[in-house]
Amino acid sequence: MSPPTSPTPAILSGRGLTKTYHVGDVDIHALRGVDVELRDGELVVLLGPSGSGKSTLLNILGGLDHPTSGELRFRGKTIDTADERALTRYRRDHVGFVFQFYNLVASLTAEENVALVTEIARAPMSPADALALVGLGDRLDAFPAQLSGGEQQRVAIARAVAKQPEVLLCDEPTGALDSHTGVLVLQAIEQVNRDLGTTAVVITHNSGIAAMADRVLRFGDGQVVDESRNTVRRAPAELTW
Amino acid sequence: MRLLHPLDAKLARDLWRLRAQALAIALIIASGVGVLCSSLAVVDALLETATLFYERQRFGDVFGNVTRAPRHLLTRIGDIPGVQVLEARVVKHATVEVEGFDDPVIAALVSIPEDRAPVLNRPWLRRGTLPAPGQVDGAVLSEAFADGHDLAVGDTLHALINGRRRALRVTGIALSPEYVYTIAPGGLLPDDRRFGVIWMGEEVLAAAFDLDGAFNDVSLVLAHGADVDTVVHRLDALLEPYGGTGAIAREDQPSNWFVMNEIRQLRSMAGILPTIFLVVAAFLTNMVLARLIATERSEVGLLKAFGYGNVTVAWHYAKLVLMLAGAGVVLGWLFGWWLGRYSTVLYADMFRFPTLYYHPGLQPFVLAGAVSLGAALAGALGAARRAARLPPAEAMRPPAPAVYRRAGRLSAAARHWFDQLTRIVLRQLLRWPVRALLTSTGVAAAVAVLVMSLQWLDALELMVDSFFFDQQRHDVMVSLVEDRPASVRYEIARLPGVLAVEAHRTVPARLRNRHLSRREAVIGVPGDGELEVLKDATGARVPIPPDGLVMSRTLADRLRLSRGDPVVVEVLEGSRPVIVVPVAAIFDTWIGTPVFIHREALDRALGDPPTVDTLLLDVDPDHILELFDALEATPVVGAVTLRRASVDNFDDTIAENMLVFVTIYVSFACTLAMGVVYNSMRIALSERGRELATLRVLGFTGGEVSYVLLGEAALMVLVALPIGCVLGAALVELMSANFETELFRVPPVVAPSTYGMAMLVVLASAVLCGVLVHRRVERLDLIRVLKTRE
Ligand SMILES: Nc1ncnc2c1ncn2[C@@H]1O[C@H](COP(=O)(O)OP(=O)(O)OP(=O)(O)O)[C@@H](O)[C@H]1O
Ligand SMILES: [Mg+2]
Repeated sequence: MSPPTSPTPAILSGRGLTKTYHVGDVDIHALRGVDVELRDGELVVLLGPSGSGKSTLLNILGGLDHPTSGELRFRGKTIDTADERALTRYRRDHVGFVFQFYNLVASLTAEENVALVTEIARAPMSPADALALVGLGDRLDAFPAQLSGGEQQRVAIARAVAKQPEVLLCDEPTGALDSHTGVLVLQAIEQVNRDLGTTAVVITHNSGIAAMADRVLRFGDGQVVDESRNTVRRAPAELTW
Repeated sequence: MRLLHPLDAKLARDLWRLRAQALAIALIIASGVGVLCSSLAVVDALLETATLFYERQRFGDVFGNVTRAPRHLLTRIGDIPGVQVLEARVVKHATVEVEGFDDPVIAALVSIPEDRAPVLNRPWLRRGTLPAPGQVDGAVLSEAFADGHDLAVGDTLHALINGRRRALRVTGIALSPEYVYTIAPGGLLPDDRRFGVIWMGEEVLAAAFDLDGAFNDVSLVLAHGADVDTVVHRLDALLEPYGGTGAIAREDQPSNWFVMNEIRQLRSMAGILPTIFLVVAAFLTNMVLARLIATERSEVGLLKAFGYGNVTVAWHYAKLVLMLAGAGVVLGWLFGWWLGRYSTVLYADMFRFPTLYYHPGLQPFVLAGAVSLGAALAGALGAARRAARLPPAEAMRPPAPAVYRRAGRLSAAARHWFDQLTRIVLRQLLRWPVRALLTSTGVAAAVAVLVMSLQWLDALELMVDSFFFDQQRHDVMVSLVEDRPASVRYEIARLPGVLAVEAHRTVPARLRNRHLSRREAVIGVPGDGELEVLKDATGARVPIPPDGLVMSRTLADRLRLSRGDPVVVEVLEGSRPVIVVPVAAIFDTWIGTPVFIHREALDRALGDPPTVDTLLLDVDPDHILELFDALEATPVVGAVTLRRASVDNFDDTIAENMLVFVTIYVSFACTLAMGVVYNSMRIALSERGRELATLRVLGFTGGEVSYVLLGEAALMVLVALPIGCVLGAALVELMSANFETELFRVPPVVAPSTYGMAMLVVLASAVLCGVLVHRRVERLDLIRVLKTRE
């Protein structure tokens, strides 16, 4: 049911999104009217200084938070006014998340962490396949405490993609990692985007990472201040930061 | 200048943040403190009140009775070394008629000197005066009796004194140290309307009972330091020739015995229950504090890096505990004070003192406070010590992630059956089995307290059933004024409404087994009786054999006797024969320590013409009022007791009081269950908020996420239920053993429905906690939780 006007349909689109926090008497404008369109199969990098509103936007796109105003559509359906149940459904069926802190369930093995999602997904891949995709096919039975940070993050990516979501949202996935490990994580994201055609959004502080994207959005003070398009996507292994 | 040290500001915020959990702990402490304070305060109040009342009214130290003894015997009694004051009286029983009350009423008639005030056992006049000297119809009524029948000074009532109906005019209303607990002879509970005390002029009573120049009752007050047993012994020797049935010391005086017995029970109550509550409170304090310190590792490290010493850090957490426990103690004090006052009011109804002094001293409160604070601090000790021991650098590092090893792995079968959420639940339990077990134990304690509290009602029902319905099958018991030839039963059998009659002969006796001895009335009963049926613990009927004693198990245990053992029976009546009889059978009863024998065997042993003194009647209910009238007109009839009235009275008096306490304890148990469950759920929530938030982000619903948290709690509660029932049964045994008295044994029976009810109440409490915590899970701020580092 994508709009027939566009050749590559927008899977997720926001119009005039704002987010205002009230802290005491002060209003903090985390987002001041953001328009975004994410197209099918696209890999978008969000850059911007700390506090500029990147995470806020990502959380709204992923159904973790409501915008203060503006409109958000997923495949043409409005979700900015959806209730808690509908948002839960939306997250469950369509969105994969990856955070800076891996947020694995300590009491479940790598495989079980992934299975956590595949059990409630509509058309999941097998946990083993998802882990193989991120290069951890041989660590299925490891508990989080037995994995390195980079490995844990890759389990988190496997968990995010195992249900074959339409959108993969990554908030500083390499923030806690050294550059070598970071590359492995980015490769996993790239591979998912390429092989499964999952639309991916990656927030980062490293402008070097921008080279792997189809499109780069720069944030400043709650707004998109610049948008650029890469003609060639660089493989993560070629990136330096 | 800063008003509050930053550490104290932190303390205040921590307390505020933990308020719900702190409140739960404080309430549990309050329950323990409340029970402890109130029991101790009531013990004090009762003891003080009794002592004061006894002293002011000169309650006797030793009491003796005879059939008839000349007054000159008193000189010899006064010569017994140690006797300071003595007073002789005429004490008899009579049937009383009160207008508008059809049931038979008995009164103890107690003489007072004509020309002076009594020296010993002085009645405490509430209203009116003693009869004027020479006033033949003047009577002072015991207050409970007067209240029970709305009788006031100036009113008239009739008494059947030694077969003659006499009008009595009420001159006063009084209380007495002898009748603080006013029970009819052989009765169990006060029955204000069916039994009372009437004081009358000595000359009137002596004349009525043919006791001119004689007495049948004597009381002694002993000099300080006199040996009570020796005096009792010598008094016995003097009274024996005059039909003395054995003198008793004050501690065996029925009224005083009941009062002191109640005090003993209260004391043992003060020991058991608060201990449970305080131990659980200590455990919870530990749990909450350990968790708090675990989350504050880096803060602790930071403080130390700044140069705060170990003692300061430990003190910081100790203060938290002291404030939390302090709140509990203060609440407990208030509650204990109230409960103490409330219990005192109940006792004032049961025990007739002029005023109950409820001025609780500081001591119980200080004691309860100190014990509770101590328990909470002890609970906090481990956690605070851990905080103090954290080296600064170590504390600054996040704790190593919990390691789930293969031990935490589930078998292939389990993996097949359980989904991931259930696996999280199971692994969590397997990872911290001790903690889970402790939580279960806490919940189990709540179940146990509930079982114990609700069991009182089961015990009561069993006592009533087995005594008033199983054992006693008669409708009416008639006590004769004096021993009569056995043929009297035919006379009674002819009265209207009487369907069957059985005659008993009761003789006071001392039973001996080597150095153990006991005074008990031996009851001679017909061998084929159907109106009094004895049973053993299995419910099988114990028949009365032609020879030998049929002894209650309680008495047999006390005298260390078993079936077949010989007993020396010293009869304290008539020719006072001493006979040796074997224990032929043992039966079970919860009330009293009775002993039975075949009436013919008793007659043979006594060697005098057979007599009887008590008749049990089976009555046609349609003719009961006619029967009462007929009995009243029969001169040999002394007292008439209705079984129905006894049952009603038993139910009213005990069940009513008990229901209040059961309610209080049930709410304590709920506090306990909720405190434990809520705390463990909240701790799990704060420990695992991140994990739960992650699940929410992954698309699990609030319900599914709660399942992870609540499933764990549910399992712990489910494990706790059977443990709690077992603990409860043990607690019931313990309480039953502690509450065993000469009069009652509380049967340690627990009805299945009581277990069910206890488990249901705890389940409901747990569900309520679950709902509260579930609402928190629903409100979990996903973004905030996930933004922060672990
Ligand atoms: N719960 C909140 N309450 C108040 N203000 C908030 C809250 N969450 C975010 N903010 C504010 O909103 C603004 C945007 O925050 P956001 O987390 O989106 O920034 P960011 O671009 O992701 O920064 P960073 O790169 O440091 O993660 C910030 O100024 C932040 O202080
Ligand atoms: Mg951010």
